[in-house]
Amino acid sequence: MKLLVCIKQVPDLESRFKPNAEGVWYDETDLAWRMNEYDEYAVEQAVQLREKLGDGAKLTVLSIGPDRVVAAIKKALAMGADNAAHIQDPAAAVKDPWQIASIIAAYAKDKGFDLIFTGMQSQDRGSAQVGVAVAEQLGFACTTTIVGFQYENGTVTAKRELEGGVKGVVKLKTPALVTCQLGLNVPRYPTLPNIMKAKKKEITVIAVADLLSEAALATTASFHPPAKKGGGIVLEGDVGELADKVVAILKDKTAVLR
Amino acid sequence: MKTLLIGEYREGKLLDSTYELLGFASQMGAETAMLLVGSETQLPAYGGTLYLADATTCGEYNPDLHKKLILDAVQKENPDYIVFLHSSYGWDLAPRVAAALKAAQVSEVTGIVPGGFGFGFGFGFEVGCCNAKMRRTVRPNTAPAVLTIQAGAFPVEQMGGTPQLQKLASEGKGALEFIGYEPAEKKEVDLGKAEIVVSVGRGIGKKDNVPAIAALAKALGGELGATRPVVDAGWVEHSHQVGTTGQTVAPKLYVACGISGAIQHLAGIKKSDFIVAINKDKDAPIGEIADVLVVADVMQFVPALTAKVAPVSS
Ligand SMILES: Cc1cc2nc3c(=O)[nH]c(=O)nc-3n(C[C@H](O)[C@H](O)[C@H](O)COP(=O)(O)OP(=O)(O)OC[C@H]3O[C@@H](n4cnc5c(N)ncnc54)[C@H](O)[C@@H]3O)c2cc1C
Ligand SMILES: Nc1ncnc2c1ncn2[C@@H]1O[C@H](COP(=O)(O)O)[C@@H](O)[C@H]1O
Repeated sequence: MKLLVCIKQVPDLESRFKPNAEGVWYDETDLAWRMNEYDEYAVEQAVQLREKLGDGAKLTVLSIGPDRVVAAIKKALAMGADNAAHIQDPAAAVKDPWQIASIIAAYAKDKGFDLIFTGMQSQDRGSAQVGVAVAEQLGFACTTTIVGFQYENGTVTAKRELEGGVKGVVKLKTPALVTCQLGLNVPRYPTLPNIMKAKKKEITVIAVADLLSEAALATTASFHPPAKKGGGIVLEGDVGELADKVVAILKDKTAVLR
Repeated sequence: MKTLLIGEYREGKLLDSTYELLGFASQMGAETAMLLVGSETQLPAYGGTLYLADATTCGEYNPDLHKKLILDAVQKENPDYIVFLHSSYGWDLAPRVAAALKAAQVSEVTGIVPGGFGFGFGFGFEVGCCNAKMRRTVRPNTAPAVLTIQAGAFPVEQMGGTPQLQKLASEGKGALEFIGYEPAEKKEVDLGKAEIVVSVGRGIGKKDNVPAIAALAKALGGELGATRPVVDAGWVEHSHQVGTTGQTVAPKLYVACGISGAIQHLAGIKKSDFIVAINKDKDAPIGEIADVLVVADVMQFVPALTAKVAPVSS
């Protein structure tokens, strides 16, 4: 059985973001990078299935982006993926979700994958499109936002999370793609021996030009901070004084303090 | 300009969020038609054309069939925009419709940016990015284009009237089999009625720090709430989760401790009368909704506040 998991490397979301020179995405200087949080759940689920299936299964991890994304790929390998494809693309950030999906689909097309895992969304762009678009382009069955996953003999039983905590249970036959939601499992931390082992695993590098044939369907016209709504008070300074100020405000503005 | 609005229906009921689509369309100044896979006994208060398919035969969650129905209506209406809610139904179905039409999709639209974008009607759409800290204006390069709108971003608009029905039918199984719904976990704590809620987010750093925040909740006579990652990590029980997939609160005072302010969390706290947020990041999006943003280390500030608090006893 052949498994694929798609991961995106994203900046630490606690960073301060500034527009880049073109004003259409963030400037990458001084950012720290890590694996998209949703994708960690996807990798963990794929690795658990890979372990359950044993040697008959193979798990490939794929990431599109510049050289820095190899760090995220290595983490997935250390978590238990068997091998990797790095689609080398310094301009991945300005491609639209349709193009990213088409690159993944072009890579996967002739490789006979049975099951593909993606995150439900990327934390920096958050389009929640790439996974479903890959499935549509490949003609795979697909379900989204899963918080429960089981696989038995060619059938996936997944639990989708709906609003208000209700869940929907669905069954789909492979070949299939699922998009993973927070809380699906508990992603493991790579252990030191597994980090060492991962160094020997194969990472195939493919130039994006070999896979991309689609034009962008949407274009980012600008990247900017939100318009300041004002209204709220911002307090900074010594913690003790801040506490006094907050108590005073609560007494003045709410009926909860004496 | 015409929009095809895709309404929502679940567990035998028309969802109120459907009316947000009408709020969006009127901000666009667009003509509308609506499509709903639902029931003739649950028609929306909407005076326009409604393409209606029966959920008992087409299923409530059967994306392949629903896609076909929408494509059918698209052919009849020739809309410029096909608009979904950014919900578990919409984000699942919209990319399938977009792929079939090879149309641009803009996800989680929060605002309309008129003019000057060169294509079609020239609209751009504002969307959040980087965990809601930043914004993008995105321009579709195709017509029609597919949009999903953020829940709560556009006003609910009940236009009244009775729809002109155009019945649609579709058959076949689709690639998925829907087995059924599982109800939400029982709430052991009813945060909806609490007058004061103090919530913990990932910014508290570790599980061991939860009691220090719970102490503030206790000192104020309130309940403890939590964000989803804190619940997923097992720091706090699920029954305390606040947000779209947890509980909605409406307290007199909401205190957000180390919470970034993701839209799914904000959706659960919008009805609070007064919001105090403690965050070390001055730019955290919680600042956009908070009445007071305290820029500080939460584990230093909260114990200091707890020490000074004396609640009005009830
Ligand atoms: C479909 C869907 C449904 C969801 N439903 C929910 C839901 O119901 N409820 C929910 O909460 N989330 C929900 N989420 C998740 C949501 O998108 C966010 O991931 C989540 O709310 C973030 O939680 P957080 O603020 O605790 O963590 P983070 O986003 O990691 O934020 C931590 C914050 O703490 C601050 N911080 C760090 N250290 C300190 C310090 N020492 N002192 C002060 N501040 C500090 C940081 O600046 C940051 O702003 C959902 C997501 C999806 C996709
Ligand atoms: N550059 C990329 N490389 C590999 N996978 C990606 C990339 N961008 C997005 N994905 C996958 O698609 C999912 C959804 O992304 P998005 O549509 O951008 O929200 C992510 O969680 C990843 O699994």
